[in-house]
Amino acid sequence: MGNMERRYVLSVLVQNNSGVLARVSGLFGRRGYNISSLTVGETINRRYSRMTIELYGNEATLEQIKKQLGKLVEVEKIAEIEQGSAVFRELMLVKVHAEAGSRAGIIELCNVFHAKIADLSPTTATIEATNKSETNNALLNLLEEYGIIEIARTGIAGLQRGERHLALDNREEHEEN
Amino acid sequence: MLLRGAQIVIECLLEQGVRDVFGYPGGAVLGIYEALHEYAGRIRHTLMTHEQHAAHAADGYARASGKTGVCLATSGPGATNLLTGLSAAYMDSSPVVAITGNVAKAQIGTDSFQEIDIYGVSMPVTKHNFIVGDIRELADTIRQAFFIAASGRPGPVLVDIPQDIAAAKAEFSPKAPKAPVRRLLADALDFAGAAFLIEESQRPLLLLGGGAAHSGAEAAATALAQKLGAPIIQTLMATGCCDASPQFAGLAGVYGTPGANALLEQCDLLIAVGTRFSDRTIPRPKALARRAKVLHIDIDPAEINKNLSADLALMGDAREILEHLLPLCPAKASGLSFSPKTQASGLGGQGLTPEFLLQTLSALAGSEQIYTTEVGQHQIWAAKHLEISGHQRFLTSGGLGAMGFGLGAAIGAARASGRRIVNISGDGSFLMNMAELSTAAYYNLPIIEVVLDNRSLGMVRQLQKNAHLHFSQVDFSRGVDYPALARAFGIPGFAAKTRHEAEQALAQALALGGPALIACQIAKNQLA
Repeated sequence: MGNMERRYVLSVLVQNNSGVLARVSGLFGRRGYNISSLTVGETINRRYSRMTIELYGNEATLEQIKKQLGKLVEVEKIAEIEQGSAVFRELMLVKVHAEAGSRAGIIELCNVFHAKIADLSPTTATIEATNKSETNNALLNLLEEYGIIEIARTGIAGLQRGERHLALDNREEHEEN
Repeated sequence: MLLRGAQIVIECLLEQGVRDVFGYPGGAVLGIYEALHEYAGRIRHTLMTHEQHAAHAADGYARASGKTGVCLATSGPGATNLLTGLSAAYMDSSPVVAITGNVAKAQIGTDSFQEIDIYGVSMPVTKHNFIVGDIRELADTIRQAFFIAASGRPGPVLVDIPQDIAAAKAEFSPKAPKAPVRRLLADALDFAGAAFLIEESQRPLLLLGGGAAHSGAEAAATALAQKLGAPIIQTLMATGCCDASPQFAGLAGVYGTPGANALLEQCDLLIAVGTRFSDRTIPRPKALARRAKVLHIDIDPAEINKNLSADLALMGDAREILEHLLPLCPAKASGLSFSPKTQASGLGGQGLTPEFLLQTLSALAGSEQIYTTEVGQHQIWAAKHLEISGHQRFLTSGGLGAMGFGLGAAIGAARASGRRIVNISGDGSFLMNMAELSTAAYYNLPIIEVVLDNRSLGMVRQLQKNAHLHFSQVDFSRGVDYPALARAFGIPGFAAKTRHEAEQALAQALALGGPALIACQIAKNQLA
């Protein structure tokens, strides 16, 4: 089994119960797995939520994580979604110093990175960027010269490209209980 | 019919075939205890002295009967006291449903009296848990709890019921219980691969764990071992499973016998059945996997490649898999030589030794004897020196290693089976749970408590000795008169300092059928 540590992204369909987030994050904490981001939101069927979990580890760890997640009663479906065959996006908000002299440069950066100015004050600008995490990192690097005041990042959400998707094929079985 | 939530709880228990509940009342379960009173005669409540032991009793009930055990506690301290017992059940994969009361929904989150977030606190030590938020979901939640507890790899499930839910009314209609699922995930190709691994091997060895014992795989394991001419060794959790088999070669692991551990060194194929390769059994799994091929049989896919990388896995119920595998395997003669009785033998020296005591007990106990143990040196001695055969059972806290497990488990096992239980204890464990002697006395349960009194916390003392440390806080010379304590609880107490006294006390206590206590004074220095 490969011992190379790398980034993996799991897309997980869970029952939309209170406590399910604690159960999943608790599992990662308890077993010492390394989450770098976790996003969660309702799916089109409000009884289920989708979690997108970004983690670092080797193949053996990934296998264990998938199996341990699979044991949780409220987890319905787990898929590893791979860089090449999926769309990943992350929303990032960045507040920077933006006195009159520096605004033009900030706006130019925003144009290049398809980002928007979400808020502007006499001394600050808040930039809204939705990109792949790597692209957001690059934008962040360039914004540093203006002086970053604070950042909020959502962590990534991801879906497989094309027709591939996570279907709830065993839903009946759970409904019957 | 329109019922109160508390009545629905009892109806659901009856629906699942539950006749015994182990618990302790309190403010947040007044409604449930009122319902228990109303249903008296249809369901039996055993009033314990501590919630921890109620959970151990439910666990012991499950281990002795194969059916899910049930414990009941109030909110806050009642619920948190359950946790050690639930952890023991979780670590040893025992099916238990724990029901806790909680403060009314409107008070949850306000730090009200005896309010604890037991749903949050019990999450890591249960297979699953619920807090019931709506009376209409109560019945199905309890049904689901039983289904989850007994399906696949069994485990404890907790259902937390706020007081107002227990008081609210709802329509109840009975449903037939849903049979637990134990899916066979291994397919024909897996079995063919396993048969090939076995055919290629020169020195196959069977290692049985708790999963083998739980699924009743002893006959299937013996049949396979005989066909392969292979020895069987066991983990602590499988003690009693194949001890009487002609293929049996001892207890494996850190406290195992040299003979059994030598086989682990010599085998070229390890057929591991229902075991997770815990560090107590296989301290260096990577080294083992380098020496030998491993065929791992387990019902929990997450155990495959967790502690040890298997060459091949067969996932499903241990007995079912062994029965499938048997006709596919060639008859052969394993190159491993073993003497069928490599369990430690001999009397361990002069005087009243654990060996003498346990062998004497084995000789006197009948074919229906159930043994439970606490945790410590006495537990290891019991696993090694009791001779367990036929219908006899051995129930012990293997994974968690919870001192205080045994007497509660004995109470549960006695309720489940009606059979006589001998709980092997040490002086340390006894002082943790002795209040349950009052439970054994009150209900006149057939339990014989055998205390191996070495006036020290022997296992910790042994660990300190082996690590060349000082004997720190392990001297337990407190001068406790254990037989007098037993009499204070209203049961006969015997003291034995010599072999002769031990023989007489055992014969008398076993004839009484219990409850009784025998305190056996043994040497301080003996290692397990």
